[in-house]
Amino acid sequence: MSDRDTIIRVEEVSKRYGKVTAVDRVTLEIPRGEFFALLGPSGCGKTTLLRMLAGFEMPSEGKIFIDGVDMSTIPPNKRPVNMVFQSYAVFPHMTVFENVAYGLKFDNVAKADQYGRVMAALADVKLDHLAERKPDQMSGGQRQRVALARALVKKPKVLLLDEPLSALDAKLREAMRFELAELQDKVGITFVMVTHDQDEALAMAGRCAVMDRGKLMQTATPSNLYEFPANKFVADFIGSVNLFEGTLEVDEPDHAIVQSEELGGRIFFDHGVSGAGGEKMWVGIRPEKIELLKREEGATPPTPEDAPSGCNVTAGTVRQISYLGSESIYEIDLVNGRRMQVSRPNLSRWDQEDFTWDDEVWLRWHGDSPVLLQS
Amino acid sequence: MTKKVARAPLDYLNMPAMKAWLAGVFVFLYTPLMILVLFSFNDSKANIVWKGFTLKWYVKAFENTQLREALLNSLLIAGVCTIVSVILGALTAFAFWRFKFPFKGPLESGMSLPIVVPEICFGVAVLMFFAKVGFPNDLPYPFNLTQIILAHVTFAFPFVAIVVRARLEGFNPELEAAALDLGASPFQAFRDVIIPHMKPGLIAGGLLAFTLSLDDFVITFFASGPGTITFPVKVYSMVRFSVTPEVNAASTIIILITVVATVLALRAQAATTKES
Repeated sequence: MSDRDTIIRVEEVSKRYGKVTAVDRVTLEIPRGEFFALLGPSGCGKTTLLRMLAGFEMPSEGKIFIDGVDMSTIPPNKRPVNMVFQSYAVFPHMTVFENVAYGLKFDNVAKADQYGRVMAALADVKLDHLAERKPDQMSGGQRQRVALARALVKKPKVLLLDEPLSALDAKLREAMRFELAELQDKVGITFVMVTHDQDEALAMAGRCAVMDRGKLMQTATPSNLYEFPANKFVADFIGSVNLFEGTLEVDEPDHAIVQSEELGGRIFFDHGVSGAGGEKMWVGIRPEKIELLKREEGATPPTPEDAPSGCNVTAGTVRQISYLGSESIYEIDLVNGRRMQVSRPNLSRWDQEDFTWDDEVWLRWHGDSPVLLQS
Repeated sequence: MTKKVARAPLDYLNMPAMKAWLAGVFVFLYTPLMILVLFSFNDSKANIVWKGFTLKWYVKAFENTQLREALLNSLLIAGVCTIVSVILGALTAFAFWRFKFPFKGPLESGMSLPIVVPEICFGVAVLMFFAKVGFPNDLPYPFNLTQIILAHVTFAFPFVAIVVRARLEGFNPELEAAALDLGASPFQAFRDVIIPHMKPGLIAGGLLAFTLSLDDFVITFFASGPGTITFPVKVYSMVRFSVTPEVNAASTIIILITVVATVLALRAQAATTKES
């Protein structure tokens, strides 16, 4: 019944602890060979779901299939998955070699083959020169590699990673992102990673599932999550977004208009949105999709002559500036008092000087930029 | 010109008064023991004046068959008591750490009862218990030591349990999960991951059990029969007549055994704690 290329199938899985529902009717399919991320704020149930895949927790309802086999009655030590724990959980009383060889003892691997497999796994994570070290003589990054090798040497069908980069310092974290993605490419094993860090998920995963309060919010590729969020939560959790409440006034096949009290005007879409009109909705606009223009005292909006048609324009004043090097982030107060965030790349070495505090500005964005969110 | 370096507020060892105090503490603690050891080499029957160096009291102590038997009994009892207490204590600690069950709180406090109950009461209780159950008094050696061993285990294993329980508090549960994840059965995970973590606690607890058993007098006094004299009981009976340098010599040997056992245990413990 399960598709040949689906390695993990989660069917209507819930997990309850007393009155608390940690995971709420989650249904999910993960294709073989994918780098999949479970993303969400702490307490959203992503770790519980991962622990159910590993077998440390049993679902209260629903079923989990791994490679077509129902996992309901299978204990963790009999599952074809291995895990890299958040604390790495490297056995402190064993050498690196013994750590990696530990899992092979239970796989009926001939003693003669063990050495080769362990050393190959250590070479995969570039630790073959430290095989005789004890974990207490290693850095956090090295211990993580031990944990990776220890899991991969078992050739699992799925590798589970619980917040793999959270304990590393910033530079190393960035390097490990690429390395993990490369490693996944090389070994071809399905990776399922849990993280609360959206950058991490977007950078590494082929597809992400965003969770909130036990519920699955959206499953999509990183760019689809960012550009086409399914709801307010996803739009806000992935990256930054300016959200405005409004009502749908016009909904034609080639354009739509939302009236928003919060923004103090109308928001124009250059495409149809096919939503139910009149209902309360939200419009999300990403900070980098808004353009800043200087505004003269008492001037009229630069539409339609100064701006391309299909653009939205509103007026504001610069209140805060965060200079981040590659870009600057401006907090703009609109005329009605609402605050908006605009980011602007520093394309030249002087761009950050274009705008300063209390500058009067126009904010302009294309009719293609905003997204309409129904919930 | 000397440069005066300001003393850090917590650098107590740089204060002469503190150094003197520290020295005073050590003198107070070790003077009695030093005198005991010193006079075991004294060439005089009286334990008061130094007459010259001799080893004759050691020879005499070794020639004292009863004393030798008592020492052997004590070592045997302490050895068995240590092994049994470590196993029992470790399992108790594990049960309290791992499982939830009714009356866990009262049971856990109750476990330390043998530690706080006055030894004399405990001794009487042990005596009454063995009398009531009609425990055989005429078993052949070394089984005639069973009563003392049982009594010792009763008060020694809670010490092991407390030490191991404290050690388990610092256990990272992900280590056990990792073992299971890698294919170990729950028992294999216990053997390969939890026991190695417990090890420093087992060593410390074992050392406690050994020394507690070796020098226990009150409880042993009640649990021992005519044929089962332990070293402290024997020394007590010798001292009742007179404190001879022979007693000093025997005590010095016991001190030596305890010190060696402690040093070995501390070394083993240091080696295992360094890893985690």
